Amino acid sequence: MTQSLYSPSGQLPPALRDLQDEIKSYADEFGLDTFPVVFETIDYRHMCEIAAYGGFPVRYPHWRFGMEYDHMLKSHTYGLSKIYELVINTNPCYAYLLEGNSFVDQKLVMAHVYGHCDFFKNNYFFSHTDRRMIDGMANNASRVRRYMDRQGVSNVETFVDTCLSVDNLIDPWLPFRRKESRRAPEPSAPEVDANGPEPGRLHNTRSYLEGYINPPELLAAQKAKKKQADEAQKRKNPPHPERDVLGFLMQYAPLEAWEADVLGIIREEAYYFLPQMQTKIMNEGWATYWHSRIMTTRALRDDELIDYADAASGVTAMGPGQLNPYKLGVELYRHIEDRWNTGRFGKEYDECTSLSQRAAWDKKLGLGRQKLYEVRRMHNDVTFLDEFFTEDFCREQKFFTYKENRRTGRLEIEGREFGKIKQQILQQLSNFGQPFIYVVDANYLNRSELLLGHRHEGVDLKMDYARDTLRNVERIWRRPVSILTVLDDKPKRIRFDGAEISMSDEPAAFRV
Amino acid sequence: MISRIEQDHSRFREIIRGKIRQNLRKYISRGDMVAPKGQGTVAIPMPQINIPRFVHGDNSGQGVGQGDGEPGDPVGGTGKDGQGGAGKAGEQEGGKALEVEVTLEELAQIMGEELGLPNIQPKGTHSLETRKDRYVGLRNTGPESLRNFKATYKRALRRQVAMGSYDPARPVIVPIREDRRYRSWRTDPRPQTNAVIIYMMDVSGSMGDEQKEIVRIESFWIDTWLRSQYKGLESRYIIHDATARVVEREVFFRTRESGGTMISSAYKLCAELIDAEFSPEQWNIYAFHFSDGDNWSVDDTATCIQLVKHQLLPKCNQFGYGQVESPYGSGQFIKDLRSAFAKNIALVTSEIKSKDDIMDSIREFLKGGR
Repeated sequence: MTQSLYSPSGQLPPALRDLQDEIKSYADEFGLDTFPVVFETIDYRHMCEIAAYGGFPVRYPHWRFGMEYDHMLKSHTYGLSKIYELVINTNPCYAYLLEGNSFVDQKLVMAHVYGHCDFFKNNYFFSHTDRRMIDGMANNASRVRRYMDRQGVSNVETFVDTCLSVDNLIDPWLPFRRKESRRAPEPSAPEVDANGPEPGRLHNTRSYLEGYINPPELLAAQKAKKKQADEAQKRKNPPHPERDVLGFLMQYAPLEAWEADVLGIIREEAYYFLPQMQTKIMNEGWATYWHSRIMTTRALRDDELIDYADAASGVTAMGPGQLNPYKLGVELYRHIEDRWNTGRFGKEYDECTSLSQRAAWDKKLGLGRQKLYEVRRMHNDVTFLDEFFTEDFCREQKFFTYKENRRTGRLEIEGREFGKIKQQILQQLSNFGQPFIYVVDANYLNRSELLLGHRHEGVDLKMDYARDTLRNVERIWRRPVSILTVLDDKPKRIRFDGAEISMSDEPAAFRV
Repeated sequence: MISRIEQDHSRFREIIRGKIRQNLRKYISRGDMVAPKGQGTVAIPMPQINIPRFVHGDNSGQGVGQGDGEPGDPVGGTGKDGQGGAGKAGEQEGGKALEVEVTLEELAQIMGEELGLPNIQPKGTHSLETRKDRYVGLRNTGPESLRNFKATYKRALRRQVAMGSYDPARPVIVPIREDRRYRSWRTDPRPQTNAVIIYMMDVSGSMGDEQKEIVRIESFWIDTWLRSQYKGLESRYIIHDATARVVEREVFFRTRESGGTMISSAYKLCAELIDAEFSPEQWNIYAFHFSDGDNWSVDDTATCIQLVKHQLLPKCNQFGYGQVESPYGSGQFIKDLRSAFAKNIALVTSEIKSKDDIMDSIREFLKGGR
């Protein structure tokens, strides 16, 4: 079955194959650098299936894929939404076209796919992903199946459910740090300490009082205390708060071999999908930019214009009160291209206060395209927005912040203040919208309890979810688990001891 | 081979069905959740199964949007779960209710399993039998009126091609006797069991909206169960205070009269209805009466008992009396019935104190499998 799915020959009708060659030639002409792309047309059921599996033909058995499938199939059947295309980050890059789409739709989709593929290949945040993940996923699937055969389906499924509860607790920077952490820890640190000021020694300018101000026995006691604290710190696990909670649990939780393996599988897949969450706006924006560019300057025929405009406007349509990543991304890229073409950047432009001068600013640099390629290589959503979401752009695109009116329960436009808008957007994007959770101590209270910490950034945790998640962490850790968090501006510690949830006040909020 | 996604899908459905099973009581006691929806399906709003994670709580309805408008203008939608599958603003999923459509038959089956209800034995052997002709195929002989033109033409064409007498330049097809095909039919005997449910409800002043809601929910489930057992279920609705009349379904649940209560009036009407329309030899008759148990007088109660004993019970598969607790009723009637018919299994009584008792009451009514 999988064989036929991936045969790069066959399946694609000749007309579409010719179309692919055509689009590919445009992509090459514009300098897009892609993996080989394998297109395939499939019917909508199959499309929903693959979409439910996150783009892959085979995943481990789990009901949530069935749930996704159910939702997608239903919303497709009732015409609520439609999946036009699917493309996955592998080499070669597999992309699926919906059977029965009009020719111009397929054209648009192909151009879109080449945009995605270029992004997958060149964006730095995708550089660590496994490009043979189709095989990886299939291997994971067969391992999970084997465990199901041995341990029983519901045992394994329940454990998978438990693990999925923490699959967002990963460290986005870990893939880029791995090599360093393998090095032996710097041995110089303790020596520096030894040469530093003696602990507890008070400043003393009168040498004859030395014996009174800094009695030797007290100094010795202080020294011993510090040494002890250092030792404790050294023994402390993890030495510093650890964001890769999944990895930590995998390494230190008392799991059976199969459980550790399942946890590892879920962690591996979470890290694989991570860059796609980190670069949603950039990735979709980039693909949209390129389908628009390729279609409007090259591929579009006269009689296809209306259909194209219809489809393209659907992609970038803005719902009220929400950000469409396609729209935001593509507009930002266009803005950047325009700025670097006309030279509207740098100190000189920033310091120019004359509105008319700014409006007419054009140094005819023509650096736009070059800048775009640089941006798509180096940035992720957060840095992209942070760097290029300018006040001009914000005003042009008519952004606003909205807020719930407590009296009516309606959402109302709050204002158009640039600083606030930008802060709000960045907050939504930071850590791809997930809370920052750390492992603080694996031997909390010297009772081998697990202590987690939530770095509070202004938004509280969803409490009912947090309690249930805590239960699940306890099932993995098999000892009481606590989390430090902030609730209604009060530092709290929530603890689950295996029987009940308790909450207590804390002197201070958790900080890293 | 079943595809992988089908396995995951059916797993999901099983879990969902498991959910229905565990939470069935909840659904039943909340009438608004069970909404009949054309074509014999029911939409049960089903919360999506959400895996708990550490996520941000509701950031008190803030966000960023794009478009025209002045401060203070309303933002359409809620900023959550947008279409196009890409809403970045407010990515947190709310308690999105997903409607799972279950057909009524499925629902009845689930209910049967949950309540441990036995399948109903049709009354007697002389259930009504009808015959139905169905056209099922073709044959060589038959009346000209049933000649199948297309099949005949095809036979003729095939014969002519085979014989070499077909001329593409002049494609004239002439069927002969052997080419003719006629539609043929088969007569299927169709055992038909007919059932009628007669609902009676006390609408006197003491029956409030809450009591009627209970009756409505309960009768919906009884209806669902019996429908899964019989084809062509009929229902009749009788309301009564001091007098009784047959009404439409809508009226049955809406009316609120005031005045005294004479239960015998309803029983009398019920007996007349049965005599006029539903002969007990051909029909499985179920009668359910809901009241708050407050009757006008002891005499009337005696009349009722006589009616039930001589008129209704001999004709009905089952007579059910459900007593809804109300702040006004004395609740005496159920005691009178129980003492009069202690040993008769065709008469089932049940007390429904609140919505939570509905399930037990239904089980009480239907466990006999009559």
